[in-house]
Amino acid sequence: MNTPALKDWPLWEVFVRSKQGLEHKHCGSLHAADAAQALHMARDVYTRRQEGVSIWVVPSAAITASNPDDKGELFDPAADKIYRHPTFYEIPEEVGHM
Amino acid sequence: MSKAPVEYLLHLADNAVVLGQRDAEWCGHGPILEEDLALANVSLDLIGQARLLYQLAAARMGNGATEDALAYFRDDKDFLNYTLVELPNHGALVGYAAADRDYATTIVRNFLYSALMVLVWDALQKSPDSDLAAIAAKSLKEARYHLHHAADWLVKFGDGTEESHARAQAALDHLFRYTEEFWTPSAVEDAAIASGAAVDVRTLRAAWDAIVADTLAEATLKRPEVRGYIPEGKHGRHSEHLSYLLGEMQGLARAHPGATW
Repeated sequence: MNTPALKDWPLWEVFVRSKQGLEHKHCGSLHAADAAQALHMARDVYTRRQEGVSIWVVPSAAITASNPDDKGELFDPAADKIYRHPTFYEIPEEVGHM
Repeated sequence: MSKAPVEYLLHLADNAVVLGQRDAEWCGHGPILEEDLALANVSLDLIGQARLLYQLAAARMGNGATEDALAYFRDDKDFLNYTLVELPNHGALVGYAAADRDYATTIVRNFLYSALMVLVWDALQKSPDSDLAAIAAKSLKEARYHLHHAADWLVKFGDGTEESHARAQAALDHLFRYTEEFWTPSAVEDAAIASGAAVDVRTLRAAWDAIVADTLAEATLKRPEVRGYIPEGKHGRHSEHLSYLLGEMQGLARAHPGATW
């Protein structure tokens, strides 16, 4: 199943919404020649067991991703800022449920 | 309440099971992983349609008839499918066992057949035979997807590279003559039409021609001229290819009758 065609076919990220009202969730990627075909293939690859009612496909090339090497500077500084979590604060009785 | 004759149900079921078996030959050998799954899905839809039709036929036949007996224990001359659906997944005049499968042949065949079946199932979902109408309503959705899938590829092949165009045209030239069989009713179809529960396929010809013309125009492919030869698969007179196909499909069930797993 290895074919040179895959080199020419762009990669698409597939998002499937499981039912009305829920958000689309990323479920994988596939190769396809164009957007319409990517939708068809996503239907065949990712919704065979009734997983979805709606599909989005996005060219993988259109996604700008953070660099894993930057993980430290991007995300570690948030680690000691526990006051950013609502659970850090004590809510006065009279405020009630928030 | 008119009911479709059993032989007509078998004609519909045999078409579906034989094409399902042909398409299934690609399972694990698809040109790419995604397409391997897509064609397996088409194949499973067709086998599902065949099961429903065989079950209905078996129930109406009585005398211990079962869907398995109808699929696995009838011989080639008892099968009432179109010759088109039993042809191998490669062009004419190629040695049977050694030939490479040709995806254009598979796609063109699925296109020509599903273009007919979207019309047949659409008509049959209004059949006074309510069991058949229910099967038709379910099958129509599947056939629409099969047509979409095949037409999409046909346009990509026809309007693609020089080689993909040539191979799509060759497959069309090879297979188109076999569609002539659609338009001349067999005795089984005549009886079914008379029952009021079936569709007269001849009335669907203009709509089928339009689907074919639209897709071929988009694919920049030429509709071949065909005349003279009319295949007779649905009369039980088949090409040599059906018995090989049935040999593979029925072998296990016949070697171990009644086996379960």
